[in-house]
Amino acid sequence: MYKILRKKFLTPAICLMDVLAPRVAQSAQPGQFLIVRAGEKNERIPLTICDYNREEGSVTIVTQLVGASTRIICSYEAGESFADVVGPLGQPSEFIHLSPEALRNSRYLFIAGGLGTAPVYPQVKYLHQAGAKVDVIIGARNKDLVILEEEMRAVCDHLYICTDDGSYGEKGLVTDIMGRLLDSGEKYDQAVAIGPMIMMKFVTLKGRQYGIPLIVSLNTLMVDGTGMCGACRVTIAGKTRFACVDGPEFNAYDVDFEEAMRRQGMYRDIEKEKDHQCHIGLHQ
Amino acid sequence: MANKIPRVPVREQDPAVRARNFEEVCYGYNEQEAVLEASRCLNCKKPRCVEACPVSIQIPAFISKVAAGDIKEAARIISQDSSLPAVCGRVCPQETQCEGSCILGVKGEPVAIGKLERFVADWSRQNGVRFADKAPANGIKVAVVGSGPAGLACASDLARWGYDVTVFEVLHKAGGVLQYGIPEFRLPKQEVVEYEVENVRRLGVKIETDVVVGRTVTVDDLFDKEGFKAVFIGSGAGLPKFMGIPGENLNGVFSANEFLTRNNLMHGYDPTYDTPVFSGRRSVIVGGGNVAMDAARTALRLGSQVTVVYRRTEKELPARVEEVHHAKEEGIEFRLLTNPVEILGDEKGWVRGIRCIRMELGEPDESGRRSPVPVPGSEFEIETDTVIMSLGTSPNPMIARSTPGLETNRRGCLIADEDGATTRPMVFAGGDAVTGAATVILAMGAGRRAAAAIHKALQSEK
Repeated sequence: MYKILRKKFLTPAICLMDVLAPRVAQSAQPGQFLIVRAGEKNERIPLTICDYNREEGSVTIVTQLVGASTRIICSYEAGESFADVVGPLGQPSEFIHLSPEALRNSRYLFIAGGLGTAPVYPQVKYLHQAGAKVDVIIGARNKDLVILEEEMRAVCDHLYICTDDGSYGEKGLVTDIMGRLLDSGEKYDQAVAIGPMIMMKFVTLKGRQYGIPLIVSLNTLMVDGTGMCGACRVTIAGKTRFACVDGPEFNAYDVDFEEAMRRQGMYRDIEKEKDHQCHIGLHQ
Repeated sequence: MANKIPRVPVREQDPAVRARNFEEVCYGYNEQEAVLEASRCLNCKKPRCVEACPVSIQIPAFISKVAAGDIKEAARIISQDSSLPAVCGRVCPQETQCEGSCILGVKGEPVAIGKLERFVADWSRQNGVRFADKAPANGIKVAVVGSGPAGLACASDLARWGYDVTVFEVLHKAGGVLQYGIPEFRLPKQEVVEYEVENVRRLGVKIETDVVVGRTVTVDDLFDKEGFKAVFIGSGAGLPKFMGIPGENLNGVFSANEFLTRNNLMHGYDPTYDTPVFSGRRSVIVGGGNVAMDAARTALRLGSQVTVVYRRTEKELPARVEEVHHAKEEGIEFRLLTNPVEILGDEKGWVRGIRCIRMELGEPDESGRRSPVPVPGSEFEIETDTVIMSLGTSPNPMIARSTPGLETNRRGCLIADEDGATTRPMVFAGGDAVTGAATVILAMGAGRRAAAAIHKALQSEK
């Protein structure tokens, strides 16, 4: 059992939790994720690692209420325990292999969409601590979905925020800011985009126009998260890869986004039905 | 003239009824039937059945106790060699092992050794009989990676000899393929698998779930930071193969591992559990092994009309004869000498059919098997909305990649000698991780041999 040490709602629909999982905390690296199973009858859900504290033995997860399972996870209170927390899973971000000197001389641009801000955070923090220059764009549908602004500001050089409806930051899309920065002559050695599949697809189209190196982190369906089932398979440069072991980060220009988005929706009808039942339960 | 009695038939659930539920197909013997069947055993002086059992259970010894009605003593005899008798009695391919070598099988039907083993194990469970004799603790720590049959067998032996054993399991439940792969209707989870895993725990074995060796901890960490003196790797062969044909990533195409994991480990078939399992109106299973039969019979129970597509003939089907027989009884259609060439999708990216080509058997290849060759121009389509790929599995490369000095062969299998010694000192391996996908009992045999080798290596170190 994995005890929840602290819990707070970052927004009405997004919840942050520090969970006691010493082995995971000990090994976690930026770019990796974990799998949570709330209770005996619940699903295994992949969640990104937002932070880790090796001394305390805790990992920080950020969950957005999008369906029945995330609703259950967010309903747990501090002091309660999840049945399972497995990880760290996936390959760490490539930059953890770079030398201190190479890191000091590099400049990164991160593009975070909504909940994608959570997995971007440990990457930015790692690079910032290594002396790299890092700019971050956070985009969200509206003000209520902008998270970790203060935390991010503390570890990056420039932070740009935009919302679709203009309720916070500037009105517009992450690709607008991205284009403006690159048009104004800003140079980056590497861009990284993490967010909804559709946002990563449009960032990739934009990045291609500018020829900027770009990495995306694919949030596919997963079951075990250890490479034994292939539920998370994606086509990368024409080859089938398992996002859970070969990724989740890939070169953006190699990703078949159309297929990835289609596969992500495979259980949509079943999920809707479950969520519907769940709502009924809540109102009883 | 004990051998004049015909083999006692075993009671089974009616095919028409069982095709719609997940309850166990085979009911097993009752005590009267078991005693009668046991009386057929000739109690050979040189029992060929024991030689043919990968863990060398003292078969005539336990059967003679069953014949005498001393079931408890029969159970004790089995427990010396097997920690999972209720599992093995159910899933071993006895026809090619113990029963395949039974002398009675030459002229008639072999003794139903598997069903007798199962009876003894089930009786022990129902009567609360357990055996946990062990040597005094020696304080030496041994790590076992993987809680499948190989790991559990290795851990049981080492625990009996006094070692401090910790098993690291990647999933949230122990048992490996017994949990996620073999369906409830062949191997009940709560009643059989979890009970036998609990018996292993009672020997003092610690089982830590949710640990991904290669990510959560490395083999180096186990030695350097956690003080383990030897490591046994029984991580299995869980990496699914795909065909590489067009359309394989369409919605509605699954690996058998995903389909079975959702159903068995995650209880997808039970509406009180959250994990969805997609079952179409029609399902095509590609492959002919036991996993293919399990996937086919699971899809059927979820309400699908099921066709198994296999590229060779019935004679070459790698699945157990009993499983193929059960599948046919339940109404599963077999399209033999047939191989998929493309999976067809609709405009929304969902499977709508599968294009296959007819095959014929050509000349025998170097392995002596006649390899199937496509018949030109014989393509045809089967309409379906689900395709389950069951083409076999290979070892997951995660552990080998994260362990310096641990070598694998061309097929990704860990290189190990007869005793399980790998290319790295004090690291042993066995089961599917070494052989590629094989059987539960072969994995247990490998786990036991490695346990003996680890014991020897650690004792000579002193």
